[in-house]
Amino acid sequence: MTPIIELRGVHRTFVKDRQTIPVLQDINLSIEPNEIICLVGESGCGKTTTGKIIAGLLEPSGGEMLVEGRPISSYSGKERSALRRQLQLVHQDPFASLNPAHTIGDILSFPLKRHKMVEGSAGVRRRIWELLTMVDLTPPGDIVNKYPHQLSGGQRQRVSIARSLTVQPRLIVADEAVSMVDVSIRISLLKMLHELRDRLGLTIVFITHDLALAKYFAWEGRIAVMYLGRIVEIGRTQDVIAAPQHPYTRALLAAVPEADPELTRHKHMLRLRSDDIPKLTDIPPGCAFHPRCPFFVPGLCDETLPHLTAIPGAAQHAACLPLQRGEALQEAAKAAASGYAG
Amino acid sequence: MTYDRNHVVLSVRDLSVTYQAERGRVRAASHVSFDLHAGETLALIGESGCGKTTLNLALIRQLPKTARTSGDGVIYTYRDGRQADILKFSDREMRRYLWSECSMVFQGALNSLNPIIRVSDMVYDTAKAHGIGRDEAHKRALRLLEQVRLDPARVMRSYPHELSGGMRQRVLLAVSLLLRPQIVIMDEPTTAVDILTQRSILDVLKQLREELNFSVIFISHDLAVAAEIADTVATMYAGEIVEIGPVNEVFYRSRHAYTLSLLNAAPRLSAGAETLESIPGKPPDLIDPPSGCKFHERCAFAREVCSQTPPPLITYDDEHQASCYETERVLAQSEVTRKVAAP
Repeated sequence: MTPIIELRGVHRTFVKDRQTIPVLQDINLSIEPNEIICLVGESGCGKTTTGKIIAGLLEPSGGEMLVEGRPISSYSGKERSALRRQLQLVHQDPFASLNPAHTIGDILSFPLKRHKMVEGSAGVRRRIWELLTMVDLTPPGDIVNKYPHQLSGGQRQRVSIARSLTVQPRLIVADEAVSMVDVSIRISLLKMLHELRDRLGLTIVFITHDLALAKYFAWEGRIAVMYLGRIVEIGRTQDVIAAPQHPYTRALLAAVPEADPELTRHKHMLRLRSDDIPKLTDIPPGCAFHPRCPFFVPGLCDETLPHLTAIPGAAQHAACLPLQRGEALQEAAKAAASGYAG
Repeated sequence: MTYDRNHVVLSVRDLSVTYQAERGRVRAASHVSFDLHAGETLALIGESGCGKTTLNLALIRQLPKTARTSGDGVIYTYRDGRQADILKFSDREMRRYLWSECSMVFQGALNSLNPIIRVSDMVYDTAKAHGIGRDEAHKRALRLLEQVRLDPARVMRSYPHELSGGMRQRVLLAVSLLLRPQIVIMDEPTTAVDILTQRSILDVLKQLREELNFSVIFISHDLAVAAEIADTVATMYAGEIVEIGPVNEVFYRSRHAYTLSLLNAAPRLSAGAETLESIPGKPPDLIDPPSGCKFHERCAFAREVCSQTPPPLITYDDEHQASCYETERVLAQSEVTRKVAAP
């Protein structure tokens, strides 16, 4: 199948105070139609920038993005605006992303009218009813005339999702879409996204810093772990969670507390060599994780840049040189073995 | 973690907080009672708007002026055995109490630090207000900063903006311990920080607790953090403590339907494919709360009596308390779904 999105060697830089900051470097990622893929990582890892590029809101500074197998540069102006509609972004903050001066009905009708998605005002009304029902805001009659401030955070996020669906997208980028809502109702939002995906054949790019949430949401999909602007590991969620390969992924998984007292108190911790996250303006040579990596191999990791390739004995890909050479990390890290605190 | 069950530092007795709003009186906390022991970490869990922050602010008397606090007292026991009711403190006594006996660490460390003074000046000012000289304060601060795994000399010279989010949170933790309080109150101290930063804050907190043996009251919406650091967990709903008990009891043998529902909504990393459920509806209006058990409208276990009479808080074995009519069914389901993991 042709991937719906393919990023080939995508770079992205921002200029701040006359300094060029490489926010994304050499991102290669292909996303299949109807797939769920999670981008995870800590702040500054580039997951939001990647999401914005996928949603067509940012241009890559280098490399190229293909949509349905065609480079985005080959799309004509008209085709591009159609493309924009097919790729939608749902923002993190439903308090900031909905105009407080407009009713929910207005918020949903603007894109319907602007893009002539339906005929006539009766059609608009019918479609709004449909959309609100789709996101479980029922009965729609109770919602359409309300303003955002009259809704709870979870309801607002449902409105945001309904708005993204007005233009009948094929792909949705959900950037921390549930992190502002209470834990008790996150699951219902995620379940709704799952149902929408099944029903509308959507592809979902889910961006989160919460690994447990990523695991739950993308259980049947894939996870890409990002660090300092690069993907360091990618594979099926079940493989990445059960047998993480890249030392950074291992460190993240080991660091997450679990909602289970005995389990969380007996987790094996990976102690990093340093707590300091390097600045994007000063990314370490070789593997960017080497100054913190407990399995650092001097003369290798600090000199050669690892690429994302298959790891012997593992189902997923990771950018780690010792792993790619087939070395077991524990052995490679004899010197640092004492850092394994249990 | 073990703590001294015979030594109560803070005894909260039937504490209620109400606000006067235009529509009527908001019962933000109702009849809250618990004992905090020396060296104990108590986690308050529950959804937003359930009264966790109100309760915490009431314990340090930092509620807005529109709030009315009532009850049988918040009794603090000093190191020398003397007791006093915090609710009866004069402003001067309250100022002396804060930092020396009880300090606070809030979420969003940047808001809690003065952007135009160096960490060292904050240390000296705090100490001076409590009658501790500059040299002594300096010595203590260096030691504490080291204990929170920071470079003491560098951090003392720094302005807040020169420190990362995780470093600032650790600075606050260190400063909160400067006057050797018996209690530290924390409101979501690891919210909005990255995973590895959260890990280092939790590790530092656990280590400090062992070394200095203070008590902690900890608010978190993150059940995983509570599971990791709490000795005792209290579930709050609609301003009430509906369940309280040792952490393993509350997590593996939940006795209130609300606690069980919260746990059923929390994904776990190492659990394989999970069946999770959100809690339907939203927390009740505290001006006009539902009759009977305030959770009954959202509760899968509810029967007729739940909507009629508020359930009493009953004590079960091992100091586990809960106010739920369906506690036996809840317990049975909890024991099926939340087996104790083999360590």
